[in-house]
Amino acid sequence: MWVRSALAYRASFLMMAFGNFAANALDFVAIMLMFSRIDALGGFSLPEVAFLYGTSGVSLGLTDLLLGSIEGLGRRVRDGTLDVLLLRPAPVFAQVAADRFALRRLGRLTQAVLVLGWSLPRIPVDWTVGRALMVPLMAVCGAAIFAAVFTAGAAFQFWAQDAAEVQNSFTYGGNAMLQYPPTVFARELVRGVTFLVPLAFVNWLPALRLLGRPDPLGLPGWVDFLGPVVAALMCAGAGLAWRLGLRSYRSTGS
Amino acid sequence: MWYLAVAAGSFRRYATYRVATVAGVFTNTVFGFIVAFTYLALWHERPHLGGYDQAQALAFVWTGQALLASTGLMGGGLDELQERIRSGDIAVDLYRPADLQLWWLAADLGRAGLQLIGRGVAPMVVGALAFPLALPGDPLTWGGFLLSVLLGVVVGFALRYLVALASFWLLDGAGLALISGLACMFFSGMVLPLRVFPGALGEVAQLLPWAAVLQVPADVLVGARSGGAVLRGLVFQAAWGGALLALGRLVQAAATRKVVVHGG
Repeated sequence: MWVRSALAYRASFLMMAFGNFAANALDFVAIMLMFSRIDALGGFSLPEVAFLYGTSGVSLGLTDLLLGSIEGLGRRVRDGTLDVLLLRPAPVFAQVAADRFALRRLGRLTQAVLVLGWSLPRIPVDWTVGRALMVPLMAVCGAAIFAAVFTAGAAFQFWAQDAAEVQNSFTYGGNAMLQYPPTVFARELVRGVTFLVPLAFVNWLPALRLLGRPDPLGLPGWVDFLGPVVAALMCAGAGLAWRLGLRSYRSTGS
Repeated sequence: MWYLAVAAGSFRRYATYRVATVAGVFTNTVFGFIVAFTYLALWHERPHLGGYDQAQALAFVWTGQALLASTGLMGGGLDELQERIRSGDIAVDLYRPADLQLWWLAADLGRAGLQLIGRGVAPMVVGALAFPLALPGDPLTWGGFLLSVLLGVVVGFALRYLVALASFWLLDGAGLALISGLACMFFSGMVLPLRVFPGALGEVAQLLPWAAVLQVPADVLVGARSGGAVLRGLVFQAAWGGALLALGRLVQAAATRKVVVHGG
């Protein structure tokens, strides 16, 4: 239904789809502009940075496609329209996620896939079947990790209502950070996204393993393969937070 | 002066969104840190890139985060006008004995004022504590900066007003608003300072109206413009502001001739 409604204003839909494509591309244009002045950033070449950019972007793009609408939860809590969803015989989570499903979000995913595809033959990796399989695995685990962050952020909205932007700083902010090599950031910040909000498992740790680089925190090598475990734990935690949030929901009373 | 009352009302209205403001400060600060570290790596590789030293480049980053909300770099502020045009409520507004453009300009200045205080000061303070920023010590430069911000807000408004008026023809203006916001992000210096852009692209970008929104105020603050260059920057901003507001009036006149009020 939301797909058809989006197509009703055709000119606007095309502009939105292009805009979503371009919005994401803008970050990459910035990276290319930087590399027009330099050869390496934090010791990483353009294809290597593009690989980081692509893997993080594909993960976030997948999550955004499926769960992107969930950030609108705060508005629903504020104006009381969440009540309508509670009355329907379908899980609230699925309803909120499917609400205003926006096909235009394919723009973001497409752009990230293109950059990733460009980078793959250019990064210095001795490809084997195992290494090649790591790339789709990264995308899926990364998407699950981002999904957990989206869900936890949405659960937080049950209490904080007006604070959708905090969620953005973890999802889109995290994505912006993962586009660059970890060597660029202060060690405390890298620790934060490894142990506190483990976004480093989306692409940093597996990508460093693929590129044959040491990770700046000097963690043991097997940690690089913990992505699926971290993703599963985070999803379980986010699911719990969502249940708690939903249970504590009191309607607006207006 | 009731436009002053409109501005004050808009200021108070945005002041009520306290949680949203705090959330916005948090987001601006997080992004400020991420961009600041990438710029550190970039300037480590190429010192004095674009004529900025490291402290100036870092100050540029935090100025961008501080002005993001108030100058409406990513759009917003006029969503309500756009919605009123789409729904047709605009017909009521046109009956009012106030000028539509001045009314919304006053409201936008009130919004910008609150957001400069609410979402501008805190990220800048955090940035200054965490990084060595090139911030001016003399009140004259700060005064020039604030004047430049005011003109930047006016140019930002004039651009967004034109986009909002496009709803008269497009009905759903969300797509155009998104693209216009992107152009503003890119050509204002928010993505990368325009002086860092390579060759002709950088020179052209510095002549476009978007440069008046962030690049000029930021350059005044970090000391990349001083003396006569500050004055030239302000004239540049005022010229674009005047031209775009005048264009807005023309489009508004054409649009209001087009309005057909449906009965009921």
